[in-house]
Amino acid sequence: MSNTYDLIVIGGGPAGMSSAIYGSRSRLNTLVLESKRKTGGQPSTYHDMENYPGVPETTAPELMDNFREHAEKFNTEFERGEVVDLEVNGLEKIVKTKKGTEYKAKSVVLATGAEPRKLGIEGEEELKGKGVSYCATCDADIFEGLDVVVVGNGNSAVEESIYLTKFVENLTMIVIHDEGVMDAEKILQEKAMENDTIDFVWNSVVEEIKGEGMVEKAVVKNIKTGEKQELDCHGVFFFVGRVPNTDFLKGTIELTENGYIKTNDEMETNQPGVYAVGDVRNKVVRQVITAAGDGATAAVMAQGYIEEEDYWQNNVLKSDNSVLVAFWSVTDQESMDMISELESMGIEDNDYRFVKIDTYKNRLISNRYDIEEIPTIVKLVDGEVTEKLVEPSTKEIESIL
Amino acid sequence: MLELGKENFEDEVLNSDGVVLVDFWSDNCDLCLDLMPDVEVLAEEYGDDIKFAKLNIKGNRRLAIGQKVLGLPSIVLYEDGEKVEHLSGDELEVEDIREAIEARV
Ligand SMILES: Cc1cc2nc3c(=O)[nH]c(=O)nc-3n(C[C@H](O)[C@H](O)[C@H](O)COP(=O)(O)OP(=O)(O)OC[C@H]3O[C@@H](n4cnc5c(N)ncnc54)[C@H](O)[C@@H]3O)c2cc1C
Repeated sequence: MSNTYDLIVIGGGPAGMSSAIYGSRSRLNTLVLESKRKTGGQPSTYHDMENYPGVPETTAPELMDNFREHAEKFNTEFERGEVVDLEVNGLEKIVKTKKGTEYKAKSVVLATGAEPRKLGIEGEEELKGKGVSYCATCDADIFEGLDVVVVGNGNSAVEESIYLTKFVENLTMIVIHDEGVMDAEKILQEKAMENDTIDFVWNSVVEEIKGEGMVEKAVVKNIKTGEKQELDCHGVFFFVGRVPNTDFLKGTIELTENGYIKTNDEMETNQPGVYAVGDVRNKVVRQVITAAGDGATAAVMAQGYIEEEDYWQNNVLKSDNSVLVAFWSVTDQESMDMISELESMGIEDNDYRFVKIDTYKNRLISNRYDIEEIPTIVKLVDGEVTEKLVEPSTKEIESIL
Repeated sequence: MLELGKENFEDEVLNSDGVVLVDFWSDNCDLCLDLMPDVEVLAEEYGDDIKFAKLNIKGNRRLAIGQKVLGLPSIVLYEDGEKVEHLSGDELEVEDIREAIEARV
């Protein structure tokens, strides 16, 4: 079937495309599913990209075009589709899109990132696209020579404000903290403070946006004094954090309280063969370079997973003969001795298949068969465990043959 | 698609009978540039029933704001010179535009 892949990456931002580059370069048959018209994720919505190593002169959208080109060079396939369901049945993962298309893969990388948080204040939804904006590059041209308000004070808020000052007449940042305190990193704060076009309103929040069919005023409230003022403006930009795109994973993938995907250092989720990378996972530094790093890690892990699973399926579960599996590790002398003993016993001559599993490298299979001590021997007939011997003697081994 | 500007907007849109679709765009708006080819396909398909036009807001901002266009991309439909539909925002899809057109042809 043409909808079957080794690796499906959900989300075509920097994290997903990095996974795709690594995956397809190691010859995994790789598909990226992206819900938006254009790949690139968040960086396709802003301009400046000053901290991606090795690329000192670029823009964020340009860097993302290069990621895509790089993935296509190794034959990654790209398709448009919003994923609404993920089903995990052992080695088979089924991904469904909103339009009802089904795809199958041995491994899945979740790279759905995060979308702008909405404050949910009065006027925000009604005036979206009519002055309320979450994307500076999209709308900058419109606000040339006009006054705008920016809500938020983190890195994104400050970077985007600085970008907007190339266009707008006046920009007012509404900061919830005390005077001089912002969440953005110092270097950005300094740039903002030095910028003559930017004014600050401290200790304040935007409570409501007013206007008939388009933004006319922002109602700003001082949270210390309770005082309210109305600022005349044509645009209100919100940069107040982001929320992870994980609704469709609830019940299948373990999430944190805030909806981020829980992973370990290997990007593994609670489901074997399913990985999470980039802004969507629970981590501290959310940048393009860390997203790319996550993506690489997950693809390498996925490749190992697929190899191990394929080997296990073909040599153990689907074997016509009974299988004797020896779990061992180089760090355990006793288990090494057992391996050489088994090899000298000529097990394969007795119509048995003999398989060795290194418990250090192959945790997946070791965990699946609850291997707690080595050496351990497991006998499988038609894919089912019939015997399990922990630290067996030669006699015990002989007795199950 | 018809190019609009200050000089012809009134004639071609506000004083025009029937349905007119105006695609508001700008060079810095990547989403607008991505959407444009899809709108051009619609223009071929529905061109007999609807007038398709585009307006680069660069140099025409006052005009755009007069039409309450303060977000890109914006697709606005006019019927006999009256604004009857305004689609905008970064989640705007060509299917949404097609639906709006279908509702009026
Ligand atoms: C304004 C701003 C400025 C920034 N500046 C910088 C900077 O200068 N340097 C830097 O390193 N980082 C910067 N960042 C952060 C950086 O962009 C993110 O950390 C990075 O984009 C995370 O990448 P990602 O691939 O994990 O997620 P995203 O970029 O969010 O991409 C996720 C993709 O998945 C898609 N998707 C979501 N759900 C689904 C679904 N169900 N099915 C299919 N597809 C789906 C989305 O459409 C999106 O394309 C900035 C962020 C913002 C908002």
